Amino acid sequence: MATLGELAQLIRSKNAGPWTLTVDIMFPDARTFEHVVASGVVTPATVGPLLGVEADQIEFFNYAPANAIKFSFPRRYPNGHPQDTDAFGGQQFAPLVDLEIPSPATEPQQLAAAGTLR
Amino acid sequence: MSNTISYISPVGMLGGGFTESFFNDAVARHQVDFIAVDSGSTDGGANNLGADLPFNSREAIKRDLRILVRAARRHRIPLLVGSCGGSGGNYNLDWVHRVVQEIAAEDGLSFTTALIPAEVDRDALVEKYRAGRIRALKHAPQIDESTLRGTRRIVAMMGAEPFIAALEGGADVVLAGRSSDAALFAAVPLMRGLPAGLAWHAAKIMECGGAAVAQMTKPEGMLCTLTEEYFELEPVSPEQSCTPISVASHALYETANPLVMLEPGGAMHLEDVTYEAVDDRRVRVRGSRFEEQGYTVKLEGAALVGYRSQVFGGITDPVILRDFDAWFEQAKAGALHAAVRTYGQETVDMCSIDYRVYGRNAVMPERPAGSGNDQEVAVLLLVTAPTQELAHSIAYQAGHTMHHFPVPQWQGLVSNLAFPVTPHVTDLGPAYSFVLNHVVELEDPLELFSIDYTAEYQEA
Repeated sequence: MATLGELAQLIRSKNAGPWTLTVDIMFPDARTFEHVVASGVVTPATVGPLLGVEADQIEFFNYAPANAIKFSFPRRYPNGHPQDTDAFGGQQFAPLVDLEIPSPATEPQQLAAAGTLR
Repeated sequence: MSNTISYISPVGMLGGGFTESFFNDAVARHQVDFIAVDSGSTDGGANNLGADLPFNSREAIKRDLRILVRAARRHRIPLLVGSCGGSGGNYNLDWVHRVVQEIAAEDGLSFTTALIPAEVDRDALVEKYRAGRIRALKHAPQIDESTLRGTRRIVAMMGAEPFIAALEGGADVVLAGRSSDAALFAAVPLMRGLPAGLAWHAAKIMECGGAAVAQMTKPEGMLCTLTEEYFELEPVSPEQSCTPISVASHALYETANPLVMLEPGGAMHLEDVTYEAVDDRRVRVRGSRFEEQGYTVKLEGAALVGYRSQVFGGITDPVILRDFDAWFEQAKAGALHAAVRTYGQETVDMCSIDYRVYGRNAVMPERPAGSGNDQEVAVLLLVTAPTQELAHSIAYQAGHTMHHFPVPQWQGLVSNLAFPVTPHVTDLGPAYSFVLNHVVELEDPLELFSIDYTAEYQEA
């Protein structure tokens, strides 16, 4: 078992225009990326509740060219609105960092190695 | 190669700073065809547009611009600047133009500047709205004619065509209001007939300066060489390098969708793109496509919401923190009661009194309550009101009440908030909000945009 924060080389959030937030989860290599995708732990259904967003509001991408999982969702308020709490949207990834990703059943040693690649 | 173009993006944001010698060496060594730089951002919120506030400092912008104008004139190549001043509103555009005029006069440089304002004529917009030619994008707010009439500033994000028109009109320096970030980098390649897919994809990466390098230790620029078959990226700084992953990763940054990106006149499709290392610093990109669609430009609007004042204070009294939520609910009710008693219910109803409690999910209010911080928390009290004076008064009253609000276990007058700054009530000025997430369909890419040419510093 490792956390998403331990497996990723970067987890970040940012505005994608004034009305949308986007989260990028970038992995150090294809194997770690594929393992996390295959684990089924990072999906609209799992990240939605953590961020208070309906799953069907989330655009979700497994983006292999950069070994990255990415998803985007509407902001509650446009950035800079008096009710907004994060103008650049840079801190909205936090609930994802400690998500637990199970080790692959067949190759536990390999996953442990992948986890230390950071 | 029959048709090749090279260009340089010195920095991701005009005023961000870059190393002058690296930049000048790269311009000379590669004999670039043009220099382009983005000056825009909506990260500062709608206030930049609504209140005519430049995003970056005048000194920083002038320093960067002087280097760029000098290089452009020395090599007789165009300089394109998009989304001038941050928001790309008319005030910000003129503000940047005055800086360029100062530089021309101080350095004795004569050239022609083209100004392309992006604020849109309201009658034209209302006409488009009535004709059903303003379309909502995903998650757009409801609008009506009064939104288009009453919003303080509305800009349209221009495509590549106004830049091309300005260059064909004889401009040496093009200063544009709000622009698609990529359009100002795609304009010259499109004008020269290079493939639209490569031109737009390269532009999308280049608009962020050197952000697509493997390790951005400090902001520097990027060089792009574009051919009929591919484009190639090379960092301006000899100390930096691009890798296939670093370039591919850039498609993630500040985009909602890393594979399909809308631009005026069509969409970039990156599904079939390949990234290949040329050497340890350069990356070659192929396979980007551009699919033409009906021509639209995106609208941005900043509407006045009210005026704001704030009070910020820390709480570290363990007695309060032991049962903070219960105490805080009572204190908020007490602050509201005091405001109503002094100013009347009707006046208070026109205002909003909001609290952010740092240490208790201020950044992510919807997050389920965690264990929280038991050592200290900070309370930010924000009041939005129809006038600055009223915002100040309510903030003062509410802050004062909270400051002295009784703590059940203590007897006598308490002072609960540790104020790190004085005056402890700060007026924040007007507050604007974005109110448009729409596109307007155009018959002609130039129909909303006019171009004004100015001759700078004519020698006697």
